[in-house]
Amino acid sequence: MAERERAATPPRGGVFQPRTTVMDAADLRRAVTRIAHEVVERNHGLEGVALIGLQTGGVPLAHRLHEALLNVDGTDVPVGTLDVAFYRDDIGLRPVLPEEVTDIAFDLTGLRVVLVDDVLFTGRTVRAALNALNDYGRPRSVQLAVMVDRGHRQLPIRPDYVGKNLPTRFDEQVDVSADGVVIGDVVPQRPGGGAERGA
Amino acid sequence: MRHLLSIADLGADGIEEVLRLTDSFVEVSGRAIPKVPALRGKTVVSLFYEDSTRTRLSFETAAKRLSADTMTFSVSASAVNKGEGLRDTVETIAAMGIDAMVVRHKSAGVPWRIASWIDASVINAGDGWHEHPTQALLDCYTIRSRRGSLRGMRIAIVGDVKHSRVARSDVVAFTALGAEVVLVAPPTLLPPSLEGWPVSVSHRIDDVLGTVDAVYLLRLQRERMIEALIPSLREYRAVYGLTADRVRRLGPDTLVMHPGPMNRGVEIDAEAAGDVRSVITAQVANGVAVRMAVLYLILGAGTDLVAASPAVDERVLEEAGTARD
Repeated sequence: MAERERAATPPRGGVFQPRTTVMDAADLRRAVTRIAHEVVERNHGLEGVALIGLQTGGVPLAHRLHEALLNVDGTDVPVGTLDVAFYRDDIGLRPVLPEEVTDIAFDLTGLRVVLVDDVLFTGRTVRAALNALNDYGRPRSVQLAVMVDRGHRQLPIRPDYVGKNLPTRFDEQVDVSADGVVIGDVVPQRPGGGAERGA
Repeated sequence: MRHLLSIADLGADGIEEVLRLTDSFVEVSGRAIPKVPALRGKTVVSLFYEDSTRTRLSFETAAKRLSADTMTFSVSASAVNKGEGLRDTVETIAAMGIDAMVVRHKSAGVPWRIASWIDASVINAGDGWHEHPTQALLDCYTIRSRRGSLRGMRIAIVGDVKHSRVARSDVVAFTALGAEVVLVAPPTLLPPSLEGWPVSVSHRIDDVLGTVDAVYLLRLQRERMIEALIPSLREYRAVYGLTADRVRRLGPDTLVMHPGPMNRGVEIDAEAAGDVRSVITAQVANGVAVRMAVLYLILGAGTDLVAASPAVDERVLEEAGTARD
């Protein structure tokens, strides 16, 4: 799930206010290309490799990685999307609704699945994704590709491919889009009305 | 959302939100392992004071696919036969520690009473002639999945409107989503007053067949008829039944719907029920996914239905945040 949307949902509430651009669009493109090479190297080609983008932030990255793999190796790997809402461990503690319908049109049994997400933070989304994948078959292996690893893990989970390691405070927010990676804060809402908007 | 008692409580936005969430549960239902752990540890009781096949099994299937525990209460094998009253029965079950109670009762308003007695969530699975909100939701979902939207559609609801909780909930839901509803029934099978109903009325099915996008046949509820409201079943079929001859006169995309159970050869002929335009089986299949969405919204999402929808843009979220202050 895109961290920005998660931050904007109650009960935390608030509006994302960008502060510093950490990667621009060109940096992002180079990182995707490098990760594509690493995926090919690590798996000795792309035989049996499939990409699963996590809704919603991981989905555009999964499609970009798919394109990069096509350029690097000429292989058209299958791409699926996964919404982990029903597998989260905080159902009932905060509003948990799926963003999109999961779309995995192939059996994962025997495949080398690369999970793709925009930001790796506590690791709980990835934990939920690992559980969800079980319901679609038994992959031969599962690897994790993220654009930003911002630390603060709460579970023993580590990424296999990282766009950028980005030390953050726990209460900061990281936003990944096609334009790049931006670090910022969630601004609380004013008591009387709407939120303060960043420039 | 704490309870689902009436379709009107949801409003157009709430209905749309349930339908959007239902898409995700249709995907879950289509998997090799159609089960998610979302409601682990929750207990759902079905309390049915009236006979039911599809609604009760549909709710129980939905709860199981969400990993909730289910209990079934059937009147015939209970202490009700020893004279236990409704409130005592309900409070006894609630005392066992439950999270939601799915209620069907022959008297209108019973789910509201139960909701005032217990802490658990209450879902109305049909109260007398009054309301059947999950049926309306699954009907909307079925139409939407075939047509994309209900907006601008013309839907005929045909038959025993008077005794039909399905008709009452469907009229509210269909019109909320922008459809036009025409009721087709003999005067004896219409409610005494239609004041405030956003519908038109016809007394001849033949007058509307060529003009509608969906024909919704209602079951002739003979068990509720205490007086002679129709001359005979044969005459009813001749004037109001969707016969093989009439189904041939429907438009190529007109949907044929029925809430079940069907009186074949009365309100609907076997040829009509089996026609390619019939979505009656799809209604049942969608019913499970819709009820998963309802149970999840009530027991799992931990959110106000509309205010916390993550699909809305930031401006709407800001307004929702303001509304909570």
